[in-house]
Amino acid sequence: MIYINITKHLDTAEGPLNAHFELTINDGEFLTLFGPSGAGKTTLLRMIAGLEKPDSGKIEVDGEVWFDSAKKINLPPQKRSIGFVFQDYALFPTMSVRENLLFAAETTEQRHNVDELIELVELTALSDRLPSTLSGGQKQRVALARALVRHPKILLLDEPLSALDSTMRHKLQDSLSLIHTRLGVTTLLVSHDIAETVKLSDRLAAIESGKIIRTCSPMEFFSPKTLSGKVQLIGDILSIEYDQPVYVITLLAGNSIIKAVASAQEASALKVGGKAVLSSKAFNPILIPLG
Amino acid sequence: MESEFLATMVLTFKLAAITTLILLLIGIPLAAFLVFSKMRFKSVIETIVSMPLVLPPSVLGFYLLLAFSPASAIGSFLNEHGIRLAFSFEGLVIGSVLFSLPFMVHPIQSALSQVHRSIFEASYTLGKSKLETMIRVILPSIRHGLISGIVLAFAHTVGEFGVILMIGGNIPGETRVASIAIYDEVESLNYAMAHQYALTLFAVTFAILLLVYTLNKKSLRGIQ
Repeated sequence: MIYINITKHLDTAEGPLNAHFELTINDGEFLTLFGPSGAGKTTLLRMIAGLEKPDSGKIEVDGEVWFDSAKKINLPPQKRSIGFVFQDYALFPTMSVRENLLFAAETTEQRHNVDELIELVELTALSDRLPSTLSGGQKQRVALARALVRHPKILLLDEPLSALDSTMRHKLQDSLSLIHTRLGVTTLLVSHDIAETVKLSDRLAAIESGKIIRTCSPMEFFSPKTLSGKVQLIGDILSIEYDQPVYVITLLAGNSIIKAVASAQEASALKVGGKAVLSSKAFNPILIPLG
Repeated sequence: MESEFLATMVLTFKLAAITTLILLLIGIPLAAFLVFSKMRFKSVIETIVSMPLVLPPSVLGFYLLLAFSPASAIGSFLNEHGIRLAFSFEGLVIGSVLFSLPFMVHPIQSALSQVHRSIFEASYTLGKSKLETMIRVILPSIRHGLISGIVLAFAHTVGEFGVILMIGGNIPGETRVASIAIYDEVESLNYAMAHQYALTLFAVTFAILLLVYTLNKKSLRGIQ
């Protein structure tokens, strides 16, 4: 079990922030830190890894103190049993895929497991290639496998999928999911992608302005409790056109473009570039599987 | 005459090789300090390192000569311990190291500053110490910077004139290097000999640079 209760003064783009995080993570859990950028998610992850120092508080992992400001304990990252996956992969450029993993191995047993891990992330055919010859998704799978070589107590993923296109992202989500089921390693993911969070995590900690505002299951967080006959979409207003006798509003919701009609009175309250909620009552949804 | 030519050339490249080796050992930690330190007086040290780029060699040579002379505190201290730096090979090495310092430090510094912070951090989270990270991860990935530093420092030392003239003089087999010899031969209107030195220097430095740049290009392929 991992217990965290730390504070840190942050200088964000929106001004100074006194962050305070209190969180307990269960063994084998997949927890996602969800929230807007600048909320302090990555800083929290980096403080757990020992890459940044909290101002005060305590981090305890399986009874072992990693950080305690009162007792002046602050283990360096080298002494913490962690696997860290960076947003920009951080692969060692002069080492092949296999050598990147072997670099991490400390015992003979870990060295023997390297090929198994490469197989797990489906990179056996590429194991002698240099990182520069790999695609973004492949690089991130190497980084993931490398982070697992030392059997860390906790796997820390700092928006590992944000630089990838959607096909790669789905593939890597599958890898992450497989690894988590197979190895059962406690995993902490920083994300601001709803689909990813729902797909991967057991639990979600919503972070805003340096505070954990809620922890619950991702489904509970993103969807209302009861079945409803109402649908709501939030979108960016792309254009407002007058087409007698009504206005046609074009909205971008997620990746879909939606056109809707509005009265002159409704249209007068909207402006291009702003956001709008499109809702519909008493609709009868038709769901068709894709792919 | 021929043996003197050979002795001078050997001395020239011996001086350049020793200087380059010493510079490599000082240059890496110094460059790392300049890139990563958050010390307040860092820019003062940065300025001192870069001074030889703009300072006339004779200025540096003059102060080194004063420092080395038995009349100065440093010189007399060294003299008491049997070390004589003025007009000696050891003195030339010290002068060359100081004078070629920026040529070693700058390429390494620029290569180091391009290594992303997460590369260091990834190695730390994999349990590796700062020293091990430097040796096994960082130095191999900045080898183009190291090679540039070695080549520039070596070539610059071979071509050095002013500092050597000030502190070294012109003692055959001890402090007489090729660039001084050329000057000396021209002074005594011995153009054929001057030509021999000049052409040899030209050919050898061209060959070294060409070889290194070819190798460097090959080793970089696939990394970037």
